[in-house]
Amino acid sequence: MEHVSVLDKASYEVHTNKVELLSILSLDGTVNEELLPNLSDEQLRELMRRMVFTRTWDQRAISLQRQGRLGFYAPVSGQEASMIGSEFALNKEDFICPGYRDMPQIVWHGLPMYQAFLYSKGHQHGGEVPEDVNVLMPQIIIGAQIVQSAGVAMGLKKRGKKNVVITYTGDGGSSQGDFYEGMNFAGAFNLPVIFVVQNNGYAISTPSSKQTAAETIAQKGLAAGIKSVQVDGMDVLAMYKAVQDAAERGRNGEGATLIEAITYRFGPHSMSGDDPTKYRTKDEESEWALKDPIVRFRKYLETKNLWTEEDETKTIEDAKQTVADQIKKAESTAKMTIPDLIDSMFEMTPPHLEEQKKAYLEKEGN
Amino acid sequence: MAQMTMIEAIKDAMRVELERDENVLLFGEDVGHVGGVFRATEGLQKQFGEDRVFDTPLAESGIGGLALGLGVQGFRPIAEIQFIGFIFEAMDSICAQASRMRYRSGGKYNSPITFRTPFGGGVHAPELHTDSLEGLMMQTPGIKVVVPSNPYDAKGLLISAIRDNDPVFFMEHLKLYRSFRGEVPEGEYTVPIGKANVVREGSDVTIITYGNMVHTSQKAAEELEKQGIQAEVIDLRTLMPLDIETIVESVKKTNRAIVVQEAQKTSGAAAEIMAQINEKAILHLEAPVIRVTAPDTVVAFGQIEKEWLPNEKKVIAGVKEVINF
Repeated sequence: MEHVSVLDKASYEVHTNKVELLSILSLDGTVNEELLPNLSDEQLRELMRRMVFTRTWDQRAISLQRQGRLGFYAPVSGQEASMIGSEFALNKEDFICPGYRDMPQIVWHGLPMYQAFLYSKGHQHGGEVPEDVNVLMPQIIIGAQIVQSAGVAMGLKKRGKKNVVITYTGDGGSSQGDFYEGMNFAGAFNLPVIFVVQNNGYAISTPSSKQTAAETIAQKGLAAGIKSVQVDGMDVLAMYKAVQDAAERGRNGEGATLIEAITYRFGPHSMSGDDPTKYRTKDEESEWALKDPIVRFRKYLETKNLWTEEDETKTIEDAKQTVADQIKKAESTAKMTIPDLIDSMFEMTPPHLEEQKKAYLEKEGN
Repeated sequence: MAQMTMIEAIKDAMRVELERDENVLLFGEDVGHVGGVFRATEGLQKQFGEDRVFDTPLAESGIGGLALGLGVQGFRPIAEIQFIGFIFEAMDSICAQASRMRYRSGGKYNSPITFRTPFGGGVHAPELHTDSLEGLMMQTPGIKVVVPSNPYDAKGLLISAIRDNDPVFFMEHLKLYRSFRGEVPEGEYTVPIGKANVVREGSDVTIITYGNMVHTSQKAAEELEKQGIQAEVIDLRTLMPLDIETIVESVKKTNRAIVVQEAQKTSGAAAEIMAQINEKAILHLEAPVIRVTAPDTVVAFGQIEKEWLPNEKKVIAGVKEVINF
């Protein structure tokens, strides 16, 4: 940063740098060829397949939740580009510390979908992440995952691994102290963390304008001394590129990056009674619908003859079938028990808990 | 055998474990170059390098998050929280995150973290430096709570805590850091977590206590002996898990008990101990169990600290109350 003496001026302040928004894919499906990430046709098709699949999965999950077959569920429709594009830029060995809405990223990173369903249903096996899948389960305390990601990244660095950690939160999460603490630790220790803020405009009902006086969330990274960028979060190519660039910097020992992804959730905050019509206008929703990440990307792929109606139908059918199979698997998993829960607290269950387990079994039977 | 103060014994425990296991890391505010505000970590950065023993930015939630993330990567963090009052900034990391990691991940991950923190009154420390917050921790499922009362136990318990695969909240009483020396073996040994120690045998009444109050209670017991009352004193050493077996065994012998704690009266360790005696030994009691504690106020620092804290006189009065019931 340039230091200027203002002895001869009446004004004195620190100026923030200007914020540039990374956008590659326009609304009509044309792209900025110069910025286009190096993706094969097959990879482009896979990005599309994952977004379409995720939207159908989302619709099915909402329906399952309404039927009482799932517990807590946070809809993802509208945010597919920021979720899928960012995860797609990672290696399998990279680590994800998600927020509560970020189930798609960890499932695409390797968590079996039925475990995501079990987690929602409050079954402990849901969080029993397979050995080779590098994720934590979605965080409920907004911001906790952000400080934890610094720890995971420090661990990877101490082990001499060239992997990065990506963590997600929302515009509301950027108000938490942990958001700054996590970025500051990553900056101070030069850790390979990618902090993604999916700014969808609302923390449940509170608009971003009431969240902060800062013009952008991206600029908050500057205070922590880390690279900070703002990205069109409805543009899957821009999201992919931003994370790929950040990951490359992380792998090269160039530290952390904050990515503010400007996005929108088409649905409610969660399935627990939130009604977006109470805080959003129809006009606003229609305006954002025009930026639908799937529609835009489909237009681009169609011009390249990479995506057909048949592909779309097949993907939707595949998603429906997968969700049906996976919920069936979740529902046929033996219900967890109070003794299971008791035994999950410590490596060796201490005497007082053994006693409580015994008392439970005596009273409740098997 | 070496004579050490409790703080030297604590440092020795960390040295032994840093040497033994390269996954052990030690960090916190000012623990590196300067060796901690109480010098508990003095010389350890020099011996083990900045990669293993290091200063963090001043942010307790960040320290807790760092410890948790490092635990996920297989490290065994010793995280120092500079003073116990600062724990409130790390409550989420300790009580909502580290405590649930094993459960949340179905056992894939755990939090083998030792949170060390100084606490305890009688040294004229400022506000929010000396609070006894063990009750908060005891009520959090998934955390072990350890409070040593002497150099030998401090080293052996700290080694056990560092090796434990679950989070341990390790409370170091400020008044005990340098107040006396005790015999401490060289090298490694452990004092098991979850086992109390009968530090004085007696037949008339049981005084159940921990931390600095062990010494206050022992002095009270000496005075009581002169008056013909034989008090048994139990040093709990660990509050979670609580060694209720040792407590009940003693109560069955003495039929009278008081609990002495430096913390405020309501809902703390003493309340839990009384509840468990009620559940397991009520028919052996000749008098209600009472507790000698500080009042339910914020910690009195400065001018009235001495009056606020439990002392020998209050312990003796408590014992007489249950003897004369």
